[in-house]
Amino acid sequence: MSEAAPLIRVRGVTKTYGSGQAAFQALKGVSFELAAGEFVAVMGPSGSGKSTVMNILGCLDVPTSGEYVFLDQHVEQLDRNQRAILRRHCLGFVFQGFNLLARTTALENVELPLLYRGLPLAERHAQAREALALVGLTGWEHHTPAELSGGQQQRVAIARAIVTRPTLLLADEPTGNLDSERSVEIMQLLTRLNREHGITVLMVTHEPDMAAWASRTLRFVDGLVDHDSAEVPA
Amino acid sequence: MIWNALLLALREIRRNLLRASLTVLGIIIGVAAVITMVTLGNGATALITAQVSSLGSNLVIVRPGQRMSPGQPAGWAPAFKEDDAQAILDAVHAVREVASVSQRGSTVSYMTESTFTPVIGSSPSYLEVGNWHLAEGRFFHDGEQRAGRTVCVLGDTVRKALFQGGSPLGEKIRFRGVSCEVIGVLSPKGQSAMGQDQDDMVLMPLKSWQRRVAGRRSRQDVGTLLLSVRDGLSTERVVRDVSVLMRERRGIAPNENDNFSVFDTRQISEALSSTTRVLTSLLGAVAAVSLLVGGIGIMNIMLVSVTERTREIGTRLAIGALEREVLLQFLVEAVALSSFGGLVGIALALLASFGLTTALGLPFVLDVDIMLLAFAVSAGIGVLFGYVPARRAAQLDPIEALRHE
Repeated sequence: MSEAAPLIRVRGVTKTYGSGQAAFQALKGVSFELAAGEFVAVMGPSGSGKSTVMNILGCLDVPTSGEYVFLDQHVEQLDRNQRAILRRHCLGFVFQGFNLLARTTALENVELPLLYRGLPLAERHAQAREALALVGLTGWEHHTPAELSGGQQQRVAIARAIVTRPTLLLADEPTGNLDSERSVEIMQLLTRLNREHGITVLMVTHEPDMAAWASRTLRFVDGLVDHDSAEVPA
Repeated sequence: MIWNALLLALREIRRNLLRASLTVLGIIIGVAAVITMVTLGNGATALITAQVSSLGSNLVIVRPGQRMSPGQPAGWAPAFKEDDAQAILDAVHAVREVASVSQRGSTVSYMTESTFTPVIGSSPSYLEVGNWHLAEGRFFHDGEQRAGRTVCVLGDTVRKALFQGGSPLGEKIRFRGVSCEVIGVLSPKGQSAMGQDQDDMVLMPLKSWQRRVAGRRSRQDVGTLLLSVRDGLSTERVVRDVSVLMRERRGIAPNENDNFSVFDTRQISEALSSTTRVLTSLLGAVAAVSLLVGGIGIMNIMLVSVTERTREIGTRLAIGALEREVLLQFLVEAVALSSFGGLVGIALALLASFGLTTALGLPFVLDVDIMLLAFAVSAGIGVLFGYVPARRAAQLDPIEALRHE
């Protein structure tokens, strides 16, 4: 990469689940760097380690060995609460299943991360409305997930992920539950957030159509980076 | 942070209102039961205290036999003699008056009306010793007592039974072949502490009673001695002195037990109050068990809720909720549920105990302490039974939780 200080630096990361006979090595020494402002697609067959790498990058999990530096912090040395604080301030998550709170309005769903940041009510509502406007859901603030379509629900989830203005947005199969038309809408939205708002996006997907929207693709096979579009000249 | 937790908890409760209300039902019933039982018990105690004090606070009762339950037959114990009364009056200075009392149940009739009631023979001092007041007419005097005149004074219940609204003064009532002129009616006292109707009686001079009512029983026998103690003097002292005197008069050897009992009204009141207190605590304890069951109900629902909301907890953890924030949210949720149940329970208890005391004719004694205690206990139950589920929620692994279906 050309930038001097990468947003993310992963060096020789391994991840082993279980121990002894039942031990399973999901990552077998992965190294890569991510610069701020990139839009990266992580691809690979199931069991290739792409979900594991996502969990580690999202500070939900720690590597068994190796180092993961995010915003100049060695995440592998942080405890559970320190990683929660890091997630709260610097990361946004979008899930395949949306994971919105049922029977809770879009506005309340979106303001949830701000609640954990301890913002006052007026500010929470203002920022949540702004985020909903950004994903094109002005006027839907008081609808509950049951009253929204799948695409709209995913846009509420994206609004929730970006309402804290995160440095890195992690999307795990964001279009997995959507039809192709809605998928395109979501990809357009992610692209716009990446280009116009400078949010670094890392997206796990197994659909090449979706990966094509990204500026860089990391392909995982069998716990290793098999192909990095940034390193191989086209 | 606590406000955030409260806000999140209230949102959760609002999301599942039906389940929340069913959950708190146990607490509501428990709190309501405890408070209602204690309020009823306090009402009963207050009623007994009031009734015992209606007997007169300076009254000492001497009965043959060893137990002080009402209507206890003298049985093996010899009865008192009429001169026992005079002996007590002479020997114990603190006693102001003595009323000898004998009674026998009889059917009393007037015209076509009749009723079965105790006919009591006593002395003119009975009125003052027993703390009675006349509603109309007069009480019999010493002359009538000595002459053994057949005059009588009615209790209010007998008056109502025989004369309904009319005045009985000057009328003649009949019992056991005796025709007796009514000269007075007593003001009603209501039920005694033992639940007897104190107004259900006919009073007549003891001498007349011994001649006309006593039948074949020894004419000199006296059932009970009622003593009034001079104002400001100790009734305990009188109880002691009378005991010593009666042992002597009845020839009881030093190693033998008393074959009579002497007690003052304070002792009755204490004995009865302690019985009701025991009953109140017993009922309260039974009710407290339902409070415990209510608490377990909350724990159960909170555990189900944690399992059901695993993905949601994962989401919260992923977007940066700290372990202790999730813990606090679930704990506050449980406490909010249980304290809300406590409040509703208190309101329900007020309604129920007001209704029940009114229906049972008990005084409504409000005990603020027990309400505060019940509220504190219900909130405490929330903490106690909410902690385990809350901890389980907080310690979930976010990755596992997010993957949970």
